[in-house]
Amino acid sequence: MELVIAITLGVLTSTGVYLILRARTFSVVLGLTLLSHGVNLFLFSMGRLTTASPAVVGLVSDPTDPLPQALVLTAIVISFSMTAFVVVLALKAAVELRSDHVDGEDPNEDRQ
Amino acid sequence: MDIGLLVFLPVLGAIASFLSRLKRPGPDHVQTHALVALIAPAICLLLLLSYLPRIQTGEALVYSLSWVPAIGLELAFRLDGLSWLFATLITGIGCLIIVYARYYFAGKDTAGRFFVLIQLFMTAMLGIVLSENLLFMLIFWELTSLVSFLLIGFTWSSRNARRGARMSLVITGGGGLALLGGILLLGQIVGSYQISDVLAATDVIVSDDRYPLTLSLILLGAFTKSAQAPFHLWLPHAMAAPTPVSAYLHSATMVKAGLFLMARLHPAMGDTELWFGLITITGMVTLMVGAFVAMFMHDIKGLLAYSTISHLGLITLLIGMGSEMAMAAALFHLTTHALFKAPLFMMAGIVDQATGSRDMRNINGLWRTMPILMLITAVPAAAMAGLPLMSGYLSKKMLFSESLLVTAPHWANTLIPAWVTVAALFSVAYSVRIFHNVFFNGQPVDLPHWPPRKKPFGMLVPLFILAAASLLMGLAPQATYDSVIHLAVMATSMSHLPLYDFSALSGAQVPAMMSMIAMVGGIVFYLARGPLVAIHRQLPEVDAKNIFEQIMQQCIRFAQSLVYRLENGSLQRYLAFILVAAIAPALWMLSGYSGWRGPSELTDLNAMVVFGAVILCLSAIGVALFHHQRLPALLLLSVTGLFVTLAFAQFSAPDLALTQLSVEVMAVVIMMLALSFLPQTSPRESGAGRIVRDLSLAGLAGTGVGLLAYAVLTRPADTISGYFLANSVPGGGGTNVVNVILVDFRGFDTLGEITVLGIAAVAVFAFTRDLHLKERVASAGTAKGFAEPHPIILQMVSRMALPIALLVSAYIFLRGHNMPGGGFIAGLVTAVALTLQYMAGGLVWAQERMLTHFRPLIGAGLLIATATGLGSWVVGYPFLTSAFSHMDWPLIGEFELATALLFDLGVYTTVVGATLLILANLGKLMTVAGPGREVG
Repeated sequence: MELVIAITLGVLTSTGVYLILRARTFSVVLGLTLLSHGVNLFLFSMGRLTTASPAVVGLVSDPTDPLPQALVLTAIVISFSMTAFVVVLALKAAVELRSDHVDGEDPNEDRQ
Repeated sequence: MDIGLLVFLPVLGAIASFLSRLKRPGPDHVQTHALVALIAPAICLLLLLSYLPRIQTGEALVYSLSWVPAIGLELAFRLDGLSWLFATLITGIGCLIIVYARYYFAGKDTAGRFFVLIQLFMTAMLGIVLSENLLFMLIFWELTSLVSFLLIGFTWSSRNARRGARMSLVITGGGGLALLGGILLLGQIVGSYQISDVLAATDVIVSDDRYPLTLSLILLGAFTKSAQAPFHLWLPHAMAAPTPVSAYLHSATMVKAGLFLMARLHPAMGDTELWFGLITITGMVTLMVGAFVAMFMHDIKGLLAYSTISHLGLITLLIGMGSEMAMAAALFHLTTHALFKAPLFMMAGIVDQATGSRDMRNINGLWRTMPILMLITAVPAAAMAGLPLMSGYLSKKMLFSESLLVTAPHWANTLIPAWVTVAALFSVAYSVRIFHNVFFNGQPVDLPHWPPRKKPFGMLVPLFILAAASLLMGLAPQATYDSVIHLAVMATSMSHLPLYDFSALSGAQVPAMMSMIAMVGGIVFYLARGPLVAIHRQLPEVDAKNIFEQIMQQCIRFAQSLVYRLENGSLQRYLAFILVAAIAPALWMLSGYSGWRGPSELTDLNAMVVFGAVILCLSAIGVALFHHQRLPALLLLSVTGLFVTLAFAQFSAPDLALTQLSVEVMAVVIMMLALSFLPQTSPRESGAGRIVRDLSLAGLAGTGVGLLAYAVLTRPADTISGYFLANSVPGGGGTNVVNVILVDFRGFDTLGEITVLGIAAVAVFAFTRDLHLKERVASAGTAKGFAEPHPIILQMVSRMALPIALLVSAYIFLRGHNMPGGGFIAGLVTAVALTLQYMAGGLVWAQERMLTHFRPLIGAGLLIATATGLGSWVVGYPFLTSAFSHMDWPLIGEFELATALLFDLGVYTTVVGATLLILANLGKLMTVAGPGREVG
């Protein structure tokens, strides 16, 4: 199962990285979301993945590692607020610059 | 403290000069400016003279004040024989230069600027020779380069001045960088930057592996500063400076800084073959190149510049020999050189101003019009030639006798004496030339001012004083040596050696013969100059300045092209660079690593997990594949988010699952809102090469993360969470460890995080505030999306759902400390419930019924959280310590009333406020109909 998890993490990261390298702001937002999913799951899996043993004292005899969960919980909220911010930034850029290209204009690749 | 005063007095003087210039601008007050400028250097000189008795006891006065002890930087000054000699030359000649400049700059507007700069330069120079700390000395070292740059470029309207200034800055500044490296190495070897410590650590330094590198770097700094070949090229071009600057910086003081450094570090680093080889050979080459080229210069200042280079080479050669007697000769010659070269430069300045030319092919026979100048100049010129009875004669003879004493290595014992004799021959020739050519040699040719302008007599005073001092040194060498120079020599050899015996020198046969050969040969050489100059003219002319400029231009072009390549304004490219920079080192470090599979047993496959993982992967890949179609991609993205939620739920993280679920709803709503203003598709604009590049970067990144995760997951866990699990109930009063960590153990982090959330929300508010999208939406003709904006069923259901949802969120909030839940989740659930009202009823409808001021909510939440933390301060506990007691409410069950709950309330309030602020502001953009209320 570890292999399945690892592959999933790899796929999430790859797709996220590919999308943040695209030229349009919306694709970058999509990519950032995928990437933060990947990172959150990665951090989460560092506490090892166990089933049916939430980190509640007294509920199970062998609770899972609570620390990565606490880290990831705030990470989820922060990445949400960052997504919101980037979305508004993209909107603002699209309106003011009349283009949703990440460089704010519609050039061809890399202005070569 | 007084030693420190020596360094900083000229700064005060510079400020005074600056004020005097402000008060009395214009060309008519040069006399006043000069008097003001003279105060500080004169006080410094008197102070130095008052120190002489204490120096003569052989004492090294050290004053220090701790400054940045962590990096070994101290404000420390040291006055011993060597620094006294240099400091006295600097201040003494400085005073005379100021007097000279008073006449040189008479009637010129720029005089005030000169006096400010010259005093700043004096500070820098005194700082070099008086610093006890090497790092501190380096600062002054760089300062001399900078002030020298300003002084060479003094008449900045001239292209030559600008180029010369830049050249000297690049060369001496580059040397300064090398010196910095050398000094840092030296400090590491010794463990201290104090000169006293360095001088006491000779054995450690010389036996260290890094000694050759350290020495080379330090010498690079010294050679560039003291214009040693091949770095001498900047000095002739620095002659574009006004003559007082040339006389002061480029003959008497600054170019001696490198020599000072070598003499200073000689006890610590000298006496090795490397020292001898590097310095002696450099000195010999410089001595010969300077002497030879000087002979063929037609510009008076050019001749003097090359002659200075040659003399600097001579002193370097002596320092390289390194014996106590050679050191004595070096310092003796250094002093005599300062005394005869400065007046020669001053003479050049007077001739230049009087006749309007410095070209010796035109200037001839000035003895008729300037007899006094001729008489005064005779002394330093004779000293430079090394005629008998002159100081230069003695120092040259000392050089000859020292050259005969060199025995090892074997190549040196015949080469050096012959070499220095030839060089001395040249120096006799150019000395005769400058004197004979300027004052005799027939009639002047085509001079701009003829007859020459009268210069005031006062301008001759500094020349006279220096010439007299030079003469005195030649007539009473033993007395001068014993009282002053001997002390400096002791400081450079750290030993009490016998005094130099000049009577023995006068009896020496071989050096006398070498002098005779040089003298006769030099005069013959001068007499035969006609044909020689003709031959010299045939030689290809190399303009160092052009070569230098070309190199500079190439450097600039290279830098520009590099910048254009790296920084072309494409954010995609920057991001790719960042990714490459992150991936490449990992790839390099981890290539060949084979321990990816850890020792733990693999757990069995679970059909549900595999199914979830497959969907997760497929939806993520789908997003990447179909990202050109934005709405489908967004829907696929929400599938990914849902399955991440399920993953959290599956692997024992109910808190995370709840958080992720509510966040997912909010995020998708926000992105949908944004999408309605953006194009619905992304153009296919990436070329094949670009896609391959990005795919490989993405593939590498993904592979790396996957491998890393696999490597960790197949190893046994070694966690620090035992502490949290054990102390959650007794210390934090809650059984839900995740929540206890958030609000108690790591409460401070959480406070930071909700602050970030609040800031992001306020930023969104600020951005949307003046964003005018209404026309865009109206004109875009996307009306079909709004055909039935608020379906009636949704409206009804959502209204009924609201109280239930709020109740649920209150429940989640209250039980959060013991069971999955807490402020974050409750806040998000509330926000989702309220968002549903917006979506169902429309913004206007919702605003009529709801609070629309969310920013105060964010502030209140942050205040509650902070106040809770401060509360524990008030009762004497560390920030954010929680106190609790348990309560039992019907239906909800047992929960504890902890201060952590209050903190969580702050979290809850902030989350609700921030989330709704973001959503409502984005939603506001949508309201085509009606202005709506201000949301904020």
